[in-house]
Amino acid sequence: MSWLDKIVPSMGRIQRKDRRASVPDGLWRKCPKCEAVLYLPELEKHHNVCPKCDHHLRLTARKRLQWFLDKEGREEISADLEPTDRLKFRDSKKYKDRLAAAQKGTGEKDALVAMRGSLDGLPVVAVAFEFTFMGGSMGAVVGEKFVRAASVALEAGIPLVCFSASGGARMQEALFSLMQMAKTSAALEKLKQAGVPYISVLTDPVYGGVSASLAMLGDLNVAEPNALIGFAGPRVIEQTVREKLPEGFQRSEFLLEHGAVDMIVHRSEMRTRLGGVLRKLTAQPSLAQAEAAPAVEAAPLVAEPAAEGSDDDAKDAR
Amino acid sequence: MRQFPLTAAAALAGANQAEPMNPNYLDFEQPIAELQAKIEELRLVGNDSKININDEIAKLEEKSKKLTESIFKDLTPWQVSQLSRHPQRPYTLDYLEHVFTDFDELHGDRHFADDAAIVGGIARLDDKPVMVIGHQKGRDVKEKVRRNFGMPRPEGYRKACRLMEMAERFKMPVLTFIDTPGAYPGIDAEERGQSEAIAYNLAVMSRLKTPILSTVVGEGGSGGALAIGVCDELAMLQYATYSVISPEGCASILWKSAERASDAAQAMGITAERLNELGFVDTLIKEPLGGAHRHPITTASRVKEALLDSLDRLQALSVDELLERRYERLMSYGAPA
Repeated sequence: MSWLDKIVPSMGRIQRKDRRASVPDGLWRKCPKCEAVLYLPELEKHHNVCPKCDHHLRLTARKRLQWFLDKEGREEISADLEPTDRLKFRDSKKYKDRLAAAQKGTGEKDALVAMRGSLDGLPVVAVAFEFTFMGGSMGAVVGEKFVRAASVALEAGIPLVCFSASGGARMQEALFSLMQMAKTSAALEKLKQAGVPYISVLTDPVYGGVSASLAMLGDLNVAEPNALIGFAGPRVIEQTVREKLPEGFQRSEFLLEHGAVDMIVHRSEMRTRLGGVLRKLTAQPSLAQAEAAPAVEAAPLVAEPAAEGSDDDAKDAR
Repeated sequence: MRQFPLTAAAALAGANQAEPMNPNYLDFEQPIAELQAKIEELRLVGNDSKININDEIAKLEEKSKKLTESIFKDLTPWQVSQLSRHPQRPYTLDYLEHVFTDFDELHGDRHFADDAAIVGGIARLDDKPVMVIGHQKGRDVKEKVRRNFGMPRPEGYRKACRLMEMAERFKMPVLTFIDTPGAYPGIDAEERGQSEAIAYNLAVMSRLKTPILSTVVGEGGSGGALAIGVCDELAMLQYATYSVISPEGCASILWKSAERASDAAQAMGITAERLNELGFVDTLIKEPLGGAHRHPITTASRVKEALLDSLDRLQALSVDELLERRYERLMSYGAPA
């Protein structure tokens, strides 16, 4: 090997590194899949879908809901719920400090944002996981907020839509977080018994305790393209079975093939597709029909609960 | 065949004498093991000669008991975790033998297979018909593999679900025994919908119209445990654990090293004692000195007592009351004060 050969590969490495670092902050972002350099305003116009390769980049919870729900009449549910460190948990850092850092970094109080609003005029409750808040992990606040959103949907008799993106349960809340799986599933079972539709939209990634509870319990389970979805993470599985995982394992397409999700929907079509489904499930006229005919008062799906009960509960839920 | 040494000495006698340390003793129990070995030696001498050394043996036995008491008085969460996984610890089928009578095991999820990592069927508890469902680990290597180390696949959870719905139809209480490292993390399990199988059980158990009692008898490993653990009352054996992730798993993620498992076990509060303080446990079942495996029959009788007690309480409720109580219980987890 000549001295030149020895130098060239390392030069290549340096160059690649330089190229990555040379994308300036603020205006440009590189697509993690096709590596195309994308102009941020352009990317946002496409709701974080790469215009070059169609890769669905992650979306913050708030942006997700702002895009999904109609502009008018959005109302946040239980925005003031704050996480507490019940166990005084401490690993290499204190849980308290991790929470403070996550709150500062995301501007959210915890990893779930819930809103009541409408989808092309159809009243809905929608919740979304904030993945950048401790990996979208589910602790007591996420569980509680989810349940309150579900009860708003139940009482108003309007559909619930959840966009999940989560690594699973939040270890720092130990058994409190595990029990959120049972808590959220129980609340969803109430919707099911009452005939209130619940659509679970799985976005990249959904694992562990979130996947094994609220995310798989939809009347429809819908996935965004190419999202990673599973119970156990690929590394854990590889260590257990000691073999390489098949190509495309745990991707949305794999889940569709194995019958775990009903459909894969491109982000740009999510609103119209889910709107269409929900209008059928709630026996409402299609959007085209609704626009042609004068507005019809939407009938609630379930009987009105007793007035005092609903008032109190509605207050609690906010 | 399952066999339990009734005393520590018997356990030692059954072991290979050439081995310096008995594998049935955990690391932190080695001082007890050494003392027991001495006692055993003396017994052999006693049999050979006519010298009366019974006094000496009795003295040492007393010393061994004291030593065990002092070691077990102050176990760390990590030591409890090791006890909860003790290879001689009684498993679901052992409880089926000693707590229940007239057990008919029922097999299969009716869709894909019978998962040996979960056993279930109808039995009698003091003559009352009940549905018993539990994780099952294996005793020897072959059995361990057949039972997949107590890690169920989706078909295991679906079998459990089928049996629970059957129990609802025939108005039998459901008694579950929890003892699993977790749901199986394998390719086939993912392909057949491990997440959905667990989630579905959580939803169904939240509204099952019959009392559900869960007892954590060994390891309560995360979602794989909870999938048969949504209940009206939770009992835990003294040295059982229940956690959102194994101490090793938690340590490797948060401390970046599985060797910090003992710190993780401490931080997560996985022991029955701690979880009782935190309000998760309804009945804490005390284990015999040295752990359930030293006296499985005594342990089983205490479990039976606890189950009968809980059932008395729950069967006094109407179905509506029961379901409302269960729902409130679920909603109370982590609810703001």
